[in-house]
Amino acid sequence: MIVQAICFYIFSAIAVASGVMVIAARNPVHSVLFLILAFFNAAGLFVLMGAEFLAMILVIVYVGAVAVLFLFVVMMLDIDFAQLRSGAVRYLPIGATVGIILAVELVLMFAAWVFAPEVGQALAAPMPGAHVTNTAALGDLLYTKYVYAFQAAGIILLIAMIGAIVLTLRHKPDVRRQKIGVQVSRRRTETIALVKVKAREGIGEEEGVR
Amino acid sequence: MNELLHGYLPILIFLIIAGGVALVILGASLVLARQNPDSEKLSPYECGFEPFADARAKFDVRFYLVAILFIIFDLEVAFLFPWAVSLAHIGLFGFFSMIVFLAVLTIGFIYEWRKGALEWE
Repeated sequence: MIVQAICFYIFSAIAVASGVMVIAARNPVHSVLFLILAFFNAAGLFVLMGAEFLAMILVIVYVGAVAVLFLFVVMMLDIDFAQLRSGAVRYLPIGATVGIILAVELVLMFAAWVFAPEVGQALAAPMPGAHVTNTAALGDLLYTKYVYAFQAAGIILLIAMIGAIVLTLRHKPDVRRQKIGVQVSRRRTETIALVKVKAREGIGEEEGVR
Repeated sequence: MNELLHGYLPILIFLIIAGGVALVILGASLVLARQNPDSEKLSPYECGFEPFADARAKFDVRFYLVAILFIIFDLEVAFLFPWAVSLAHIGLFGFFSMIVFLAVLTIGFIYEWRKGALEWE
């Protein structure tokens, strides 16, 4: 129990600290690396809560794929950050206004927000007992009870795929690509011409080796 | 709940050992080795000559396309895990709901194949 508490405080402290470093680091690549650290610690917190499937998915999807994508974007932007910062003072008033409004809204929400009393009974699915692993608990519900949400997820992934292709795919016109069918079905007679050459006469220009 | 966490105790021990080893290696080289830096030692180099350009060069947007397509299929596989675990409980309906999901993504896959997004020029 004490180990669990110690782990919780270590994981959450590192997660918060690396979250701060994400926005405080000067180098954006360092920001992404701190973001990865925050993801790992969030996965640790998920494990402590017993949600091991979510923890593993967090590591696989967020650390393995999303963070890599962030690194790509950071690399691709090619922004001169010193130049970017020089304009920061100009936008300080409007940024401060937005920040203050957001902070006030957050304070209002946390001050005035209570659970409605009937929420406790409205749980869509009760927590299964300890005999069901949480991967199985998710699987029992996701594909039958929440089938519409599941199919919507599939449609969203399809749209993301098509959108990414439409936005970023550019074929360069003068690039020679591999066409396996054409290459394999080439006959020897189409490409090679055997020419009998008489001694000391050479070959004519038009009969030259293609 | 506690049984589940007991299963993760070896991973915690591994984490502690890994962190300890990393600290010992870095700390030992910091403490034991002679530190005598100068500007030439600390400057970046490429195989003995000066670096040509900044490391933060723009690169082709197609890397981004490959990464996004990878994420999408990664998520598709993530959906397959709970389905495989509880396939015995969810019956034919659950089975075919996953088949429809896979069919939708296969449409995207065929589109991307026909478009040539998987080819590298």
